[in-house]
Amino acid sequence: MSPAISFAVLSSFVAYATYAAFVNGFYYVKPYISPFYSPCLATVCGGDSHQRIQGANGVPHLGVFGPWWAISPAILILIFPLGFRMTCYYYRRAYYRAFWLSPPACAVAEPHKKYSGETRFPLIMQNIHRYFFYFGLIFNAILTYDAVAAFVESRSPAYGGGHVGLGSFVLLINACLLWAYSLSCHSCRHIVGGRLKHFSKHPLRFKFWGFVTKLNAKHMQLAWASLIFVALTDVYVRLAAAGWLGHGRWI
Amino acid sequence: MGYDLKLKIWRGDSSGGQLVDYTVPVDEGEVVLDAVHHVQAMRSGDLSCRWNCKAGKCGSCSAEINGRPRLMCMTRLSDFDPAEPITITPMRAFPVIKDLVTDVGFNYVKAAEVPAFTPTAEQPQAPFRMAQVDVERSQEFRKCIECFLCQDTCHVVRDHEENKPAFSGPRFFIRYAELDMHPNDALDRKKLVQEERGLGMCNITKCCTEVCPEHIKITDNGIIPMKERVVDVKYDPIRFFRRKPKAETR
Repeated sequence: MSPAISFAVLSSFVAYATYAAFVNGFYYVKPYISPFYSPCLATVCGGDSHQRIQGANGVPHLGVFGPWWAISPAILILIFPLGFRMTCYYYRRAYYRAFWLSPPACAVAEPHKKYSGETRFPLIMQNIHRYFFYFGLIFNAILTYDAVAAFVESRSPAYGGGHVGLGSFVLLINACLLWAYSLSCHSCRHIVGGRLKHFSKHPLRFKFWGFVTKLNAKHMQLAWASLIFVALTDVYVRLAAAGWLGHGRWI
Repeated sequence: MGYDLKLKIWRGDSSGGQLVDYTVPVDEGEVVLDAVHHVQAMRSGDLSCRWNCKAGKCGSCSAEINGRPRLMCMTRLSDFDPAEPITITPMRAFPVIKDLVTDVGFNYVKAAEVPAFTPTAEQPQAPFRMAQVDVERSQEFRKCIECFLCQDTCHVVRDHEENKPAFSGPRFFIRYAELDMHPNDALDRKKLVQEERGLGMCNITKCCTEVCPEHIKITDNGIIPMKERVVDVKYDPIRFFRRKPKAETR
């Protein structure tokens, strides 16, 4: 992937994600919820009748924050996936090359007078990658729940008819890609088995390590695929919530 | 089918130099090192270059071919357009002695700094009994032929001479990784490699992996696992508190 393409894709994603996070609307259409707004932490997300947000009517929310919460709930959520990707070993390579030109390409001179790498603040913070990985797993579980819920007419158990639409599969593929990206992470590889000295004494962990190693070889591809698809998932839900896509329901 | 190949070879010494044009006849199936030998034999007997095995196993003929660090003996002429000249320059990260020969002494200093293998108390002497899965891990790093192309391409020292005293470079990070992953090694080098050998300088742009003629996954299997091991002992508060005293031998 050339630095110019990395630059273009990453910049477009950041621009789109910023827009989508600040819109604070059009993120829910029964039964699909945008991954940027899940889980909804504030009651303003949908419950309160006189504070209803367009395109978010009826969205299930956790209600951690009351109706006083005015900022878009996506801002709270996006910190974690953003942190996970910012500190990811693959993205680091991509943006050091594409944005910081350090170096722009192998054996090409970099334009900086001094270089201290990841030894000082703020870049020393890259070392907390594994914590973002743990948080990422929580979000993956939530988005998997959302994907399953996209195959159900209503989330209330009393009224649980089936539902299959294009959006159900969009949410499902999105969750699968995010799992694959998280599990192929270098920190995950270290945690499941890489930190051991004796593979032979831990055969099960060695097996997991072998599995993650295979996935890890595709970390770059999974990073791009999951990044682009999560944005497309939001686009789909946004357009559906705004009523541009019709019903989109198959069964 | 033979043809006349145009070469631009850097000629000079520590006081300076320039690219000199040569045209030499080459044959099908030849490599860049063959062309350099033709120059020595037919055009300029005083051209200096290091070489030994001509099979990509001795790591002597490292140079930069069209700006890319490569082994001259493993670079086929058929990869290039016959009409275009091929430029050969010495490795840029090391001081030139003469023509294509550089002083790679920096690497020997860094090699001498690596604390040697220190056996555990349970198995203090060879022969060490090891399972094959544990051996394989370090065997990958043992493939290194010490051509120092990774050291040459690494921008940390290539573009910043001032970093050399504090940076061991990719070739030696895989040596530290190999020892840290060795089941019979008792010495903990994690803090050393981070605090004094410059592991944190690496920003994992993977150029070392790209140029390795032995295809060692230097970054993915050596440097990143080593960075994660450093996090275990230096930057992970939870692991810091719950770490078992015997974690080193697990």
